[in-house]
Amino acid sequence: MALLETRGVTKAFGQLAALSEVDFVVEGGQLHGLIGPNGSGKSTLLKCIAGAELPTRGRIHLGGRDITEATPSERARAGLSLKFQVTSVFPELSVYHNVLLALQAHSPLAALTFSRTRDGLHRRVMEILAELRLRDRAAAAAGVLSHGEQQWLEIAMALASRPRLLLLDEPTGGMSLEERRATGQLLVALKRSCAIVVVEHDLDFIREICDVLTVLDQGRVLESGTVEQIQRSRKVQEVYLTRV
Amino acid sequence: MLKTSAATRVAALELALLAVFAVLPAGLQEFRVIFVTRVLILALLALSFDLVWGFAGIMSFGQALFFGAAGYTVALLARDAGITSVFVVLPAAVGVGLVLAFVVASFLLLGRNPPSLTFVALGTLTGSYAADRLARGWYYLGGQNGIPSIPPMTAGPWQITEGLTYYYLALALLVGVYLVCRFLVRSQLGLALAGVRINEARMAFFGYRVQSLKAIVFAVAGAIAGLAGGLYAFHEGFVWPNMLGVILSTQIVLYALFGGVGTLIGAVIGVVAIEIVSFVLSDAYPTIWPIMLGLLLLGVILFRPGGLISVLVPRRERIGLFGLARPGRSQARAEAIDGAA
Repeated sequence: MALLETRGVTKAFGQLAALSEVDFVVEGGQLHGLIGPNGSGKSTLLKCIAGAELPTRGRIHLGGRDITEATPSERARAGLSLKFQVTSVFPELSVYHNVLLALQAHSPLAALTFSRTRDGLHRRVMEILAELRLRDRAAAAAGVLSHGEQQWLEIAMALASRPRLLLLDEPTGGMSLEERRATGQLLVALKRSCAIVVVEHDLDFIREICDVLTVLDQGRVLESGTVEQIQRSRKVQEVYLTRV
Repeated sequence: MLKTSAATRVAALELALLAVFAVLPAGLQEFRVIFVTRVLILALLALSFDLVWGFAGIMSFGQALFFGAAGYTVALLARDAGITSVFVVLPAAVGVGLVLAFVVASFLLLGRNPPSLTFVALGTLTGSYAADRLARGWYYLGGQNGIPSIPPMTAGPWQITEGLTYYYLALALLVGVYLVCRFLVRSQLGLALAGVRINEARMAFFGYRVQSLKAIVFAVAGAIAGLAGGLYAFHEGFVWPNMLGVILSTQIVLYALFGGVGTLIGAVIGVVAIEIVSFVLSDAYPTIWPIMLGLLLLGVILFRPGGLISVLVPRRERIGLFGLARPGRSQARAEAIDGAA
């Protein structure tokens, strides 16, 4: 059974159809790239999957469970995690607290009230910060981090809950070449523990790390397949040569 | 470190205020002790507002609803059932505030979509206004005159009358509630509330049940307001519709803004400062004191938007300290964080 499956997902904003009958499948342990020209519906599809937008039509299943009507909170509890395109860290809180906030999200109320999970979560917070090269910045306010560091912090927060499916909307936006390379290595290592869907404009980055690509164009799935298949696809070449 | 010095200053302020309140009655005439007791009870009410707005980001213009409803409940218990035991009436007041606040939260906060700040502010304001009108028009509740001549609260064979005994009862309850609130906002729950206050939508994507969290905090704050209402009713000896209404609800907001929200101690300072200034001004300038008080409030809110507490603890120092779980509880963790700083 596929980990994520959307069937006939359509999202209309008034007369404008941002997504039309999108069928999209992600298998467990897969690093799945979602590409397409600007306005092709990549971010809208991610938002529909994460619950930020409700589809006008169609169904979304996660691990066999229908989550089409589920709230973002219910989807997160079902194992879905999202990194937004625009960074949305908590600028006034320290980097440490940003990650702890994400990590303790599934703790019961009584545990939060009596701070029962704090000591247990501390080690995990520091591990995640070390993994994302943010250990030295643990005490800094998240708002003073560079854009690239904020992107990493976002990924750290998205990873904190050990999701089954991680949705990353433009994870390398604003990063240097070195930071992009490190992010790519991290994502490849991560797919051992969860499936990842990446929306990204940097095709070289996508080519290097992804197992499977889905190409969207004008709200429809144009092509889906391995990186090699997509590179050979005449339809995709036409779209990219004429519109990108 | 900056954070430590801010924490130390606040702790020093908390202890200084406690020490002052502990010895204050020794140097005051009885009518002034009664006045300060009223201030302590209103400080409880201000704490309830600070908890919902300063920490959970819920703009409640209806805290008087829970205060007044609890006041009327204990007044009715005393008048109609002859129940005045402190061990019954105060828990009853807490229960009424808790349940009523949870009912209001169910309507205003627990929908599928997160409500806007304005919706909650107007919803709580409407609740407060409606309760005031209801009390004014209901003969059983005494109409415009309210319920007078409530018998004194009792503890076994003893009566707890206004004066020293009531003063120390109110002080003990204020300190107890303050410590509970302090514990809550510095726990992991406090960190979650800080997240809700800063970016509610993001918290839902982490998996937090944001609306439930807000409803629980709102109910706890309602319980505190209820406790204050029960104490106030027996202290004053009567209840009247203004205890439920919009004017008192707004006054509570002003107390907290004047002292500084999101710090707990700021709310207490706000009540103390406004009530003392009102007391002094009304004595010295009986005709124009409300205008002077209004100008003072306006001045503080315009020039010190962080409230009086910002004189002692600037806003930038509050960031990362109040409402947050402090990372340095265990030695290993403290070293990790301090080493990184």
